[in-house]
Amino acid sequence: MAGTTWVFAEIVDGKPVAVTLELLTKARSLGGTVEAVAFSPVAEAAAATLGEYGATTVYAGTDPAYAELLLGGPAADALAKLAQEHSPDLILIGATYTGRDVAGRLAALIDAPVIANGLDVAANGDITVQSAIFGATQVVQTKFDSSGPKVALIRAKSFAAEPGGGGAPKLVKIDAPIDEKHRAAKMVESKADTATGPKLEEAAVVISGGRGLQDPKNFDLLHQVADLVHGAVGASRAVVDAGWVPYAMQVGQTGKTVKPTVYIACGISGAMQHTVGMKGSKNIVAINKDADAPIFKLADLGIVGDTLKILPQLIDELKARKG
Amino acid sequence: MNVVVCIKQVPDPNSVGQLDPSTHTLRREGVEVVLDPGDEYGIEAGLQLVETHGGEVTVVSMAPEKGLDAIRKALAMGAAKGVLITDPALAGADALTTAKVLAAAIKRQPFDLVITATESTDGYTGTVPQMLGALLGVPSVTFAKHLDGDGQKLTVQRQTESGYDVIAATLPAVLSVTAGVNEPRYPSLKGIMAAKSKPVDKLALGDLGLETPKPGQTITSVQPAEERKAGEIVEDDGEGAKRIVGFLEAQKVI
Repeated sequence: MAGTTWVFAEIVDGKPVAVTLELLTKARSLGGTVEAVAFSPVAEAAAATLGEYGATTVYAGTDPAYAELLLGGPAADALAKLAQEHSPDLILIGATYTGRDVAGRLAALIDAPVIANGLDVAANGDITVQSAIFGATQVVQTKFDSSGPKVALIRAKSFAAEPGGGGAPKLVKIDAPIDEKHRAAKMVESKADTATGPKLEEAAVVISGGRGLQDPKNFDLLHQVADLVHGAVGASRAVVDAGWVPYAMQVGQTGKTVKPTVYIACGISGAMQHTVGMKGSKNIVAINKDADAPIFKLADLGIVGDTLKILPQLIDELKARKG
Repeated sequence: MNVVVCIKQVPDPNSVGQLDPSTHTLRREGVEVVLDPGDEYGIEAGLQLVETHGGEVTVVSMAPEKGLDAIRKALAMGAAKGVLITDPALAGADALTTAKVLAAAIKRQPFDLVITATESTDGYTGTVPQMLGALLGVPSVTFAKHLDGDGQKLTVQRQTESGYDVIAATLPAVLSVTAGVNEPRYPSLKGIMAAKSKPVDKLALGDLGLETPKPGQTITSVQPAEERKAGEIVEDDGEGAKRIVGFLEAQKVI
């Protein structure tokens, strides 16, 4: 694509988040110019990494208020103004919570369509975004028909992030005063759910639980298995909604996308909402009482049986193996 | 306080969705439609706010004529009145068109708070709340998993990738709530009876001063996803745990 692709660079704890680097990597492969736009008091410090992954220019909004306000509102305003000045062809935004805030407001401000839930993007004359619907049973290609910038929300882990050997990018300060209305939504504090062991998105083994565990306290069995295999524990939306475990553990359409070497689904029926987030795992093991549960259609190894009986046996086996 | 809750009627989430092969829009014939289960949390949040701080809840929905059923359910839960925007030109409307239509309908009366779900259960675009915020010129406080508020302000726990942020906002604002923010009530028999006589405004695009939207995107192909290879499914005969350990060993993760 002989044009310009922008990547919205989300900065958390002073660093670009993983999906930002994934999108920069993909943007490089589209050809044309790749630029990044970042909003954070420390955006300039993150510029070197953005350059390494392909941005030749980094537009940086460094107003201290970006850390004190709900970011989506002021960031979208500034991005809209910048897009009107520079007319990029495509704006790629990672489908994080903040990314969705920015994309929605931006699309309304510049009157551009947004294609969400993207898993891939192609640019050969037209810009086409690939997404999956109905629980990833169908793959859809959607083409932008509009003139002006095209906004695409791309799910995390759709691409591998690889540095492109680019040098230091050109740094351009964004000068956009923050509209008074955005000062009405203040960020008071940020709380992290404490979890030990590897991160859900990075673990080689993920063991997830659903309603079939019957009681929140049975998640302890999953944690024991996770500890023994150096894995991470995930959950279905049903049990997160029921308040058994925190949202940070949710795997699925509205939660995290994981692609571990082995995914173990315990007492999870395999609702589409869930499978979207784990279908890309290299191997899937499922334990469920119900032989007709849809999760078995995805499983490389399926055990039809009582999860609450099998998990303690699994813990014993793993302990015995460790000696 | 005036609370507006945006709701959507969707194909029963327990049924398997289908696209019309010629128009690539969601097939609605012969499919049971229901109030989006995700919307019940927004309705409940609105009702709790007005019950404590006074005012009323108006539900707004863009849908075919049948969408009236979803509005009636919200009225039966306790909302005071409904607005249904229905127009053949809106079939297959994208997220931005939907947001423009809802914003135009919301603007017809003063509002303190607009509540939505985080995304619909059928389309999953998940950008309408933010678009509404921009179109209405107010902050969009999104992904609330916990909510305190009154007629002037809100304190929200907003879901993040690693936990949650605490956001303090003054009204007016748009608020999107996740499932789990509250426990939606069931409509009472009395509520169901009362809902039948509550007012519902029916509007077409022209009533909102809007023109037929131009779609900004076209679906060019729909294909079945690559199926995973069929695996080995076995009854647990007491050896299930051992088989899993064997599998983990074969994959060299232990």
